[in-house]
Amino acid sequence: MKVLIPGITGRLARLVARKLLDGGHEVHGIDRRPWPDPPKGIEVVQVDIRKRAAEDVFRTLRPEAVIHMATVTHLTVRNEDRYRINLYGTRAVFDHCHHYGAKRCIFVGRHTYYGAAADSSLYHGEEDPPMAMTTFPELSDLVAADLYAGSALWRYPELDTCVLRLCYTLGPSLSGTLATFLRGRHVPTVLGFDPLYQFMHEEDAADAIAVALEKQLRGVYNVAGPQPMPLSMLIRQAGRTAVPVPELLLKLVFGRFGLPQLPPGAVAHLKYPVVVDDSSFRAKTGFQHRFDEDATIADFRRAAG
Amino acid sequence: MSWLDQWLADPEVVARVDRLELPFNQHGLDPYGIAKADLVRFLSALAWLYRSYFHVRAHGIENVPARGRAMLVGNHSGGVALDGAMVIASMLLEREPPRLAQGMAEKFINLVPFASEWSSRCGQFTGLPEHAARLLEDERLLMVFPEGARGTAKLYWQRRSLVHFGSGFLRLALATKTPIIPFAFLGGGEAIPTVLNLYKLAGLFGMPYLPVTPWIAPLPLPVRLDVYYGEPMIFEGSAREEDAVIERQVDEVKAKIAAMIAAHEEHR
Repeated sequence: MKVLIPGITGRLARLVARKLLDGGHEVHGIDRRPWPDPPKGIEVVQVDIRKRAAEDVFRTLRPEAVIHMATVTHLTVRNEDRYRINLYGTRAVFDHCHHYGAKRCIFVGRHTYYGAAADSSLYHGEEDPPMAMTTFPELSDLVAADLYAGSALWRYPELDTCVLRLCYTLGPSLSGTLATFLRGRHVPTVLGFDPLYQFMHEEDAADAIAVALEKQLRGVYNVAGPQPMPLSMLIRQAGRTAVPVPELLLKLVFGRFGLPQLPPGAVAHLKYPVVVDDSSFRAKTGFQHRFDEDATIADFRRAAG
Repeated sequence: MSWLDQWLADPEVVARVDRLELPFNQHGLDPYGIAKADLVRFLSALAWLYRSYFHVRAHGIENVPARGRAMLVGNHSGGVALDGAMVIASMLLEREPPRLAQGMAEKFINLVPFASEWSSRCGQFTGLPEHAARLLEDERLLMVFPEGARGTAKLYWQRRSLVHFGSGFLRLALATKTPIIPFAFLGGGEAIPTVLNLYKLAGLFGMPYLPVTPWIAPLPLPVRLDVYYGEPMIFEGSAREEDAVIERQVDEVKAKIAAMIAAHEEHR
């Protein structure tokens, strides 16, 4: 199958590209960032997904499947820019899929869509509303991109649209929200709170995306790996030291004393869990994670030191 | 486990927590984050209160199914959730095999540091319909007080009465085809004789109310407590019935609990 991956140079996207290549697919990519040494057989066009040159790639390539991984998740990019990249980029991907005859499009979203709050439930089903905008306004563009992608199910009924809401990924690449949070020796927590964290090995995450493509999945699905564990246990197993800070002082210590810089909205994610029910995805695809929570953390720890 | 945990742990509680038929993983955690180590800490303290401080007596415990989904539905008795704690203890200490009763906690608990952590690790989740439905579908034992915070706010002279029952529990029982085990909890009103509730002051802390006893703090007296478990009540329906139909079934449960309170209060 001819597959185009916008956002191919992201760490997770590279893993997906390699898996698809190994699986006998023809893999192409688009990204603003370079991939200096892509594996033989993967072609990357360095262009912004919102530009006309990106549309040319769709026009000339006519991919059968598109895996949209060109959303910006790191919160260091200015809000307004991120909003434009994530929303206009997502619109461009789906419009191009529609106009240039793609049969299926996978949008790779995040489980943080559901938000963390005192009154939100454990194990969100796909039908749960997105509450991230109230608890973590910095994520509102990702929520909007997710909903926009889901709307392609009725806007472009001929296109098999699949929205995957992945839990945190962790592994030797040391990339992703959770890995960045755990990078330093000391990790801030909120005194008196110990939320469950749901994460999966990045290899498993890439497998899940590949299997969604193979099984021609259509609809919205949560994707997760092993059962969640409390943040304190995760920090301990990762060889880090938890620094419990009273909530009132937390915003003052972000980015200081060797602790990571986090936006104010992230505090809710240090107090309450975001845990998803992935049973629909597993039932539809037969997906099974290969790495349990201990092996996943061990791989991260080996790489992070 | 630290030396302090080991010293405080009740050996019987340790053995019984080990026998809980919950899917604990290699870290002693179930999929909801319930932790064996925290259960041992919490239930060891409850076991001491249950046996040595209050001398709780549980009756009709065989009415609670050994396995599978079930809903314990009872009256509130006492100004704080003493009743719920003692029901949890009775299910662990007296039921064979032991079961973990999972209550539906007041929302403010999850806002409070340490209380939030403790309630999560011990399986006492925020009272949300989604939590209740998921736990029942997972064949757990749910503990429900349909009087809600109105029930724990009962004053000493109202202790044998029942206030309004919400109907959510019954719709949930119908939707998930769950048997209701009615129970009557007696003595909580004597243990914590609330004479006054402070609502405005409590509101400042995000709590529904603060009970005041003749000795100000709601510290319980070491009185005898009794909990009577009745025979399972099974209702048929789709859970989509009109309120009037559901209210009749709620009234049946309420009447059963009221009758159990009346019947056993005389013998105390």
